[in-house]
Order: sequence, then C-alpha cells, then structure tokens
Amino acid sequence: MADRLLIGDKELDSRLFTGTGKFANQNLIPETIKAARSQVVTMALRRVNFDSPQQNVINYIPEDCVLLPNTSGARTAEEAVRIARIAEAAGCGNWVKIEVVSDNKYLLPDNQETIKATEILAKEGFVVLPYVSPDLMVAKRLEEVGAAAVMPLGAPIGSNRGLKTKEMVRILIEEIELPIVVDAGIGKPSQAAEAMEMGADAVLVNTAIATAKDPVVMGDAFAAAVEAGRKAYLAGTGAVKKYASASSPLTGFLKEDQG
Amino acid sequence: MSFYQEYSQFNQLDFNSFFKEVNSADVERVLGKERLTKKDFLTLLSPAASNYLEEMAQQASKLTLQHFGRTMLLYLPLYLADYCVNQCLYCGFSVKNKFERSKLDLTEIEEEAKAIAEKGIKHLLILTGESRKHSPVSYLKESVLLLKEYFPCLSIEVYPLEVAEYQELIAAGVEGLTIYQEVYDQDIYEEVHPDGPKSDYLYRLDAPERGCQAGMRQVNIGALLGLGQWREEAFFAGLHAKYLQDKYLETEVNLSVPRLRPHLGNFQPNSIVGDSQLVQILLAYRLFLPRAGLNLSTRERAELRDNLLPLGITKISAESSTEVGGYAEPQEGTNQFDISDDRDVDEISKLLDNKGYQTVFKNWHRI
Repeated sequence: MADRLLIGDKELDSRLFTGTGKFANQNLIPETIKAARSQVVTMALRRVNFDSPQQNVINYIPEDCVLLPNTSGARTAEEAVRIARIAEAAGCGNWVKIEVVSDNKYLLPDNQETIKATEILAKEGFVVLPYVSPDLMVAKRLEEVGAAAVMPLGAPIGSNRGLKTKEMVRILIEEIELPIVVDAGIGKPSQAAEAMEMGADAVLVNTAIATAKDPVVMGDAFAAAVEAGRKAYLAGTGAVKKYASASSPLTGFLKEDQG
Repeated sequence: MSFYQEYSQFNQLDFNSFFKEVNSADVERVLGKERLTKKDFLTLLSPAASNYLEEMAQQASKLTLQHFGRTMLLYLPLYLADYCVNQCLYCGFSVKNKFERSKLDLTEIEEEAKAIAEKGIKHLLILTGESRKHSPVSYLKESVLLLKEYFPCLSIEVYPLEVAEYQELIAAGVEGLTIYQEVYDQDIYEEVHPDGPKSDYLYRLDAPERGCQAGMRQVNIGALLGLGQWREEAFFAGLHAKYLQDKYLETEVNLSVPRLRPHLGNFQPNSIVGDSQLVQILLAYRLFLPRAGLNLSTRERAELRDNLLPLGITKISAESSTEVGGYAEPQEGTNQFDISDDRDVDEISKLLDNKGYQTVFKNWHRI
C-alpha cells in the first residue's frame, strides 16, 4: 500500500514541504521545488506581488503543488484571519499556515492567538495548518477546533539549530492524531531525517534550502533525507535498550520456579 | 520609563578610558560569543576592534543571510513639503536658509504616486520638513489616504507627533515611522538645534517609543553620523534600538546609518566618519542586534553602497529625489542634502541580481 500523507482533502506522496522566501533569485524556485519533490509550498501573502507577473512568486510555484499561503506579519488572531481571507479571495486556495508572531526578536509564535485564528478559519472551511511552539495542551486544543495538522517548531525560524524541541515534538507525535509537520529550525538534511525517523509526518524546510550555496542540490538532499527518515520509521528502528542485560539476573529464580 | 534613563546612566561612563583599556583579547572574546551584552557592543565600537573588521564582516554577513535570506527590500522616499520651522545648523531645509519653499497639493501627490508606482515601487517613505503649520497632521492624513491606493506600505518621516496622532495616521494607512535623534549627545543636540520645536531633546528622543505605543509595525531610528563622537553616537543609537526591541516586541526595529552630506549652508562635522568607521558601525549593529533591519540610503556613493550590501544591510532606497516631488517632473530644486547614488530602480534591481540578491518590492499587504 502506498504510504501517503493525508491532509484536508489531499493525499500527498511527498513529506517535504518547502518555502519561497530568502532565495537570491525567484528563478531558482521552480527547479528547487522540483529537486525537493515537494508538493506543498508555502509563501507569505505579504510578499506576493499580484501586480507584477515577473515578481509574483505564485508564478514560480509548479502548478501541481498545493499553495500554502502563510500569515507572516500577523500579530494577532484577527490579523491572521484577515490575511487568510485575502489569500483565498486572491485565488491562493483554501489552505493556510497560521503564523501569529508578536515577538520580533526570536519570531516565536503566539500559541493562544494561533488557536483563536485556527478555530475561526476552520469553521469557515479553510484547511488550517497552525505553526506553534510544541505544547501538548495547545495541540489538543488545535485538534478540537479543527486544525488539519499541527506544525511545531524544531527551533526558532531561520536558526538552523535542528530539533531542539525534540522531546516536546515526540510527545505530540505520540498523543496527537493529526499529522505533525515539524516546521522551522531544521538546518541540515540529517536533522530532517531525525524528525522523520521519530515519526513526524512531514517537515517544512525553507531557510536551509533557500540560503544554501546551491539550493537545487540542497533541495534534493533534503528530499532524500526525508524519504530515508520515513522509510526508517516505517521499517521500525531497533529498540534502544535503556539497560544492559544483567549477568546476574534478579528474577532468574522465577524460571527455576517454573521449570 | 523612557530611553532617557538609560541614556543618562550610560552617559556617566568615561568612554575614553573604556576604549583605552579594550585590547585585542577583549575583542576576540566578544567575537566568540553568541549573544552580546551592551558592554560587548561598545567593545566592537572601540579602536581595538577596528583591526577585526574582516572577522566581524564574516559573522555579520552570515547572520544577515540566516535571518533575512538573499533578499533586499527596495523603497523610495517622496518629499511632500520642505517648509521647516527648525534651525538645524547642518540641514539644507533650515528656516535660516532662504529659498522658495513648496508643498505638493493632492493633485500633485497623485501625479507623483503614479510616476513612482509605475517603477514598480510598493514601499514608500513620505517626508516633510518639520512644520506643523505647513504640513499639519490633517494634511499628512489626506496624503496617506490618497497614497495608500498606490502603495501597500507607507512610512512617514515627519516632525515628532503625539501617540494619538500616530494612531490617527496608522488608522489612515501608515505602517512605519522613521525618526532620527540626529545626535544623542544632549549638549551637542542643544547646540545644533538652537531654536524651534526641535530644540526639545526629550520630546524627540521619546518619539520612536510613542510610535511603538501607537502600534507602528516598523520603527526606524538613527544618529546622523558626524554630529557627535561617532563611537558614542553609534553606541546610543544601538542601545536605543535594543531598548525598543525589548520593550515593544510587536514592532520591527530598524537602524539607519546616515552620514552628514554637503547641503545648502556650511556646517562642518564634529567628527569625521570615514568609510571604515561606517563599516565598523554597521557591523557592530548587526552583531549586537541580529534581527534588526539595517537601512542604507542614497546618501552614500554607488560603489560604496555596492560593497556595504553584504555587511548586514536589509533595506535600500533607489533614485531618491530629496527635493519636493521630483518624480513626475524632475527638475533642479533645493535638496535637503545632495544624494550620491542616482541609479534608478531598474539599475539597482539589476545590480542586486548580479550581487546575488532578490529585490523585494513588496513585503506588506495592507489588511
């Protein structure tokens, strides 16, 4: 059976979501997305220049990709909701990545406002992917209010620090039914593989690909890492033993008793 | 609480003895750190740090790439009026300089807007001379209501306003505020602003904070380099940016590095900021405030601007006219200062492309 990721009404073969920010030249975007074999591509609505076909980033995203407009720049739930509606009205589809960031230093998300925006937009029929700091209760609330997936950060956006929030993300993977897409902080393919190996459903990578010396080759490298990590997860990695096999067992007498 | 408390506290510092004591080991220790303290920042502005510009540049370039990517935001300034009631000794618009003043009416503003929008510009900075009488808030508001039809992002650089007035302009469509203290050294400030409303040091110092309180999305501050001792001026401007960043998380804080330019009048700078000093300031800003926007105007000559780009710059202006209007029908008027880089939007955009940067015209969608 094909291993597909289900989000909203879409079945996806690729588990690597990519972005369109930070590229030296927008002409690099189509080839990079192709090399990354990505099917979901995020772009900040605030950057979309609808007036200029040459600058409009949407024209650089392959047509068979799902557009994932994000609400970058929103400081409150209300602003995120407005941005999502503008994106839909402008023809960007009904998927939206909620980003509510009111901290300009670390760009950490405001979980409370994100829940509010998710609830409103899910009711309106959007496929909502909220970007959050990994927190179990927040993820549960997002599940209740109709999120289509949860996107916990691995580390602050653009930090390339890797899976710093690993233990918290692990709990979300264990406890939340929705797909978990690790977003932000992944700086190297090995870190993407690490997230996939532990059971994340997908990862979103932008900075590490867009700012690489060769974004196209880096896109390919990430695709390979995500595929490898996913296969390893499905294959069942060997259990890591927390204890050594004792040479003088304390429960040996039970066998003697039984035998 | 105002930044003035912090200014007063650090102003007690004996800067000369501090700088004399900083040695290479101190600079190297700072360069090995991930988060810099205020003292570390001052260390990077020291004479000892001037031997480490390459190391600082490597780090600054990397940090900027990480946080802002290979992109550069392009904007244009539009002067609406040059009436001014102040007497800044260093400025061509000073009330003491006699020339024919002008102010655009709404029809003229619309002509300028069309000419600028035609170039693909989306971020516009609107400026006036400092005169409440000639350019009242009502005039600014009418201008904004008209300009917002052409530009998704508008910033203002006008005389300091009250919180409620900033709020009124935000409601009309303003997103950003630029206001330079010009000089943080209070004694020099009072000397070069002998009269007029601008002579009120504190009212100006608190203006960026009032902008944050009003809800500006971006605030851009700076010291006019050359008016005071540059190491101290850069230090205070950096501290001011940090103060705003720490206190107003929702506002994106930016710094500019304007250097005194020739203008109408004959003011001589108190401190000469050469190219390598300018570089040291930019690099120290970037290392101290990794996420702050750094803004470079057409005051600087083309060749230098090209070389400064990878050192931390995130926003630049193009083909700026510093006379009133000047885009719809360019003419020889009176400029606030002379510009050094007169390349047009297409040329700058091509240059950025050659240098490996995507020109970002639009970074906001009015909601």
